Amino acid sequence: MKMSKLSHVLSSGAIAAVGLYVAYVSYTQQPADAFLFPRLISTVFVALALWTFGKAVMGLSKTGEGVSAASLRRMLPGLVVSCIYVFWAAKSLGFYTATAIAFFVLLSIYDPKPHTEVKSWGKRVIITAGFIAVMYGLFALLLKVYTPREIFF
Amino acid sequence: MEFIYYFGEVFTPISFGLLLIGTIGGLILGATPGLSPTMAVALLIPFTFQLEPAQGLILLGAAYTSTVAGGAVSAILLKIPGAPANIATTLDGHTMAQQGRGAEALQLSFLASLVGGLFGVFLLIFLSPLLSKAALAFGPSELFWLAILGVTIIGSLDSNSVVKGLLSGAIGMWLATIGFDDIMGAQRFIFHPALGGGINIIAALIGLFAIPQVITMFAKGRISVDAEIIKIEKHSILDAIREISRRTRALSIGTAVGSIIGLIPGVGGQIAGLVAYDQSKKFSREGHKFGTGHSEGVIAAESANNAMVGPSLVPLLTLSIPGSPTAAVLLGGLLIHGIFPGSDLFENNPEVAWTFIDSMLIGQVLMAIFGLYIASFAARVARVPQSVMAAIVLGLAVFGSYSVQSSMGDVYVMATLGIGMYFLERFGFSAAPLVLGLILGPIAEANFIQGSMIANATDGKLPYFFTGNLNVVLIAIVVLSIAYSAWMELRTRNTTPQAGASS
Repeated sequence: MKMSKLSHVLSSGAIAAVGLYVAYVSYTQQPADAFLFPRLISTVFVALALWTFGKAVMGLSKTGEGVSAASLRRMLPGLVVSCIYVFWAAKSLGFYTATAIAFFVLLSIYDPKPHTEVKSWGKRVIITAGFIAVMYGLFALLLKVYTPREIFF
Repeated sequence: MEFIYYFGEVFTPISFGLLLIGTIGGLILGATPGLSPTMAVALLIPFTFQLEPAQGLILLGAAYTSTVAGGAVSAILLKIPGAPANIATTLDGHTMAQQGRGAEALQLSFLASLVGGLFGVFLLIFLSPLLSKAALAFGPSELFWLAILGVTIIGSLDSNSVVKGLLSGAIGMWLATIGFDDIMGAQRFIFHPALGGGINIIAALIGLFAIPQVITMFAKGRISVDAEIIKIEKHSILDAIREISRRTRALSIGTAVGSIIGLIPGVGGQIAGLVAYDQSKKFSREGHKFGTGHSEGVIAAESANNAMVGPSLVPLLTLSIPGSPTAAVLLGGLLIHGIFPGSDLFENNPEVAWTFIDSMLIGQVLMAIFGLYIASFAARVARVPQSVMAAIVLGLAVFGSYSVQSSMGDVYVMATLGIGMYFLERFGFSAAPLVLGLILGPIAEANFIQGSMIANATDGKLPYFFTGNLNVVLIAIVVLSIAYSAWMELRTRNTTPQAGASS
């Protein structure tokens, strides 16, 4: 699959905007000595980003496959669940509870086995429980990492 | 011959146990499509925190070595390469398995990996001390250019677009400047409190290598691995040894090509395997048999992709410049233990450096022995549904990045960088130069600042950074690598439409 010109323009435009912001901050913030290296890097960053953007505008960008609407539709549920897990649930519900829920939900969404079979659901529960037990054994017992427990576990 | 003195360290119960775990685990992970050696090593780093530096490196080194070899299992038995390095192995390996010669293909693959791997590690043993002595001549300006070279060479060689590769490197170097400046204590680009201490390199590595693969698995939707595992029949190992000793040409070509390519920063195992396969086919008397289940194809590809492992660590251990993304991850593993590779590594921490290298030698032998026994089990693991694999990798990434400093900030950084990298990859950018930029950025900055101070006290920045034999050579390599890659890119673009028209 080849990316459309619009996708090239939007992606390279976003990167060029970040580059310009980085360069602006590097050249305006004080003390100047602390930003000496960021200035050097941001200059290269902006030059390359603008070059990429210019090529995209002229329709000369060739690399990249982009994200098709179909794959975006397929990945979106997983991405949303993962973001809720990482950015909210892990801290609020407790690491192990959040991991168990996220693991089970992701498995349920993407498991190719039919959703109508009781056996498949049983398998998913067992796999989730096994995974959490392994993670607890590895991180809590072996590595002694104290993870946020919060309202659950 | 200093390496001989440290062999005993590898055989202590804990070190040898870790070597076994790394080897067996690496073989299974390597056989699993979608889990690259780099990602496997990145996910293992959190497990090394409580270990001694040498023990941690033994685990990571064993995993690196055996994931590359383990990829051959799924390539041969499922026709799904475990890693890009094993693509060439599928060409003859799977055909052999279909012909009922799966066990022979696996035996040849692990024996070839053993020979290639041992040669590569011996190259590492003999080249590293020489290069580390030469590295003593490097001052701040040379080290600055060396860091820039590390990023530009991977940026230009590892990407389909030179400009996007270099831009990825620049983004990585910028990310490395986030946090408090070491000299003035000034805040730089701290958009969120989680970034106050800068970007934690281990969390970043986990995010950049693991999360894009998780999202890629999500993007495939509800699919099952339909590939059928070909049953492994019995085959005498002595016959395999006899066969490999008859195919010395393919073995030598594979080993030589892999070793040379391993020494060039940025050129990965995928290329080593394919180039070795191609060259063996050209120089073989039975070139016409390649692709039809010919043993030379498997031998050349597998000896090459394992021969490159040792040499790819030479620039890392001697100049602290990682030559590959996996070497960059190993650098992260060294840094968390307070060990800075470079010219004085073999003087200040010989027990760490030599024990690690010796363990790679022993690891090659263990990999060949266990590879043959757990191949069918590893192939079964490779059929684990992508849904399970994605959820496991996500969970490991979250726990692994949290355990670095017990900080939720690291988890946020890991996830944000990972999601961003997935989209960057889809838009033609590459993770390898970005990671190299992130790792080499602080080295480049420290030497740039130190060099600037020296320059201000002497002739000025321009003469200091742009004159001197070593500086000129390094700058020339930077320019040449970019120019060569740009030329290759233009040539490919000019020939592709013609090829398309003619077909």
